[in-house]
Amino acid sequence: MTTFLRDTATVFTREITPAVREPVGLLFDMGQPLLFLFLFGSLLDGAVGSSWQWFVPGILVMMCLSGPMAAGYTLLVDLIGGSMERMLVTPMNRTAMLVGRTMKAMVILLAQAVLIIVLALPLGFQLHPAGVLAGLAMLVALGIGLGALSFVLAIKSAPDGTLFYIVTQVLLFPLLLLSGVLLPIDAGPGWLRVIGHLNPITYIVDAQRALFAGDLTAPSVLYGTAATLVVAVVGLVLGNRAMRQGV
Amino acid sequence: MIHARGLTRVFKVKKQTVEAVRGIDLDVESGQLVAFLGPNGAGKSTTLRMLTTLLPPTGGTATVAGHDVGREPAKVRARIGYVGQKSSAGENFRARDELVIQGRAYGLGTSQARERADELLDLLDLGPLAQRKPGTLSGGQRRRLDIALGLIHRPDLLFLDEPSTGLDPQSRADIWTHILRLREAYGTTLFLTTHYLEEADSMAERVVIIDNGRIIADGTAAQLKNDLAGDQITITTDTEQEAETAARIGDGTAEGTTVRLRVGNAAAALPEYLRALEAAGVKAATAETTRPTLDDVFLTLTGRSLTDDDIPA
Repeated sequence: MTTFLRDTATVFTREITPAVREPVGLLFDMGQPLLFLFLFGSLLDGAVGSSWQWFVPGILVMMCLSGPMAAGYTLLVDLIGGSMERMLVTPMNRTAMLVGRTMKAMVILLAQAVLIIVLALPLGFQLHPAGVLAGLAMLVALGIGLGALSFVLAIKSAPDGTLFYIVTQVLLFPLLLLSGVLLPIDAGPGWLRVIGHLNPITYIVDAQRALFAGDLTAPSVLYGTAATLVVAVVGLVLGNRAMRQGV
Repeated sequence: MIHARGLTRVFKVKKQTVEAVRGIDLDVESGQLVAFLGPNGAGKSTTLRMLTTLLPPTGGTATVAGHDVGREPAKVRARIGYVGQKSSAGENFRARDELVIQGRAYGLGTSQARERADELLDLLDLGPLAQRKPGTLSGGQRRRLDIALGLIHRPDLLFLDEPSTGLDPQSRADIWTHILRLREAYGTTLFLTTHYLEEADSMAERVVIIDNGRIIADGTAAQLKNDLAGDQITITTDTEQEAETAARIGDGTAEGTTVRLRVGNAAAALPEYLRALEAAGVKAATAETTRPTLDDVFLTLTGRSLTDDDIPA
């Protein structure tokens, strides 16, 4: 167990070091969410009530989808190059290699989420501390599940990586748009709402909006938590299996 | 250091069975420098990946650095170093950072890992490049960094998979200077694969030749060449007719006015051969003797040349 913790710390240190050395990169990674936040937020102001209250949780879910995907991408790069192989020849614990990477992705995600919230405060975003904390906890759980899924995808895609690019490019954007992250789909036609209801991300976005509004007891919070747990459990089961089969 | 018995690896590709490695027996003692030589697809890398625990064997056993690769992979890993074919340092990471992390991956404390990293950067002439990312390094510099990563925990045994492939001749010579220097400094047992004949010939104390997943020759380069190939005598004559006569006398082959024959010891055989030619009325215009290469050894064993690129896998 102690070697597991030590190995996790080693992998975490490796992964986080570039971000610590060049923190400006974190801001660049946030370019798209920030653009969406300020562009759509300003355009939609008044159309969906207080647009910032509605928009900030959506942007956070969006980052929670793209961040873990990026974690899978860095694993893929290491798998295609020789650095993953180099670490597999060391006595490091295999699971620690993925846990350390997931932890790094979560730290980055939390830092970015806090930054978004701080930036939105002067624009009229109202802070409900308990709801925000619960919302962030849900995002971390979702991020761990998605991160594990993206690691599995990266491992299955090596050595050429085509599968990874196809799935992330084809799946990610529709998943986002059809969850109502950027635009409300409740007002859309019936078929769109049906698709929205089949998308687990929809429930998580709705739950996040309720939590960020300070409404901890809304039914959507329950559905969102359930969807998050499903993603997390599926991700961890598949991730664990992929690791045991060997990278 | 390495004891393999009947080591086998079978791959299943699209319902077809590919026998990459077909029952290898191999013993490498401590302190040796062994070159594992063979054409592309011969099974060199697959064997290396089994010996380094990256790939489970489908048959046979291997004990590496005192532990079985199948039963105690972690103990094997702790005692060996491995320099793979691809660049070992991550693109997004600085050279020294990667070295320190690698040291910690082997259980060194942070300060000890830093000391070792600096020592190796120094030893491999990478000191000024410590803060650079691999993308900004030359091919030879990257390879030296790979070797440093493989040595951070001072393993007794270092595996190198094609350490000099893809480098220009000068960088290749430079890598070898460093490999030999490290060996002197740490007394590491070295096991490396290569398809460069000259390298195996000049650097290794022992050459193991693999073809089609089987070991077909094993010994010092000089032994292999003496036992399996022999020297070559080449003479030229003025006419093709004379060349044919000369070939017949020496039991060789004529090609135009050039005659080639294989003999055990060319220095001793040449004067005798020239006298025989003179007696038959054939005048040799030029005569030279060449020592065999490992390629001649491979040619004798397989009927193919190692330098042919289109050798079937």
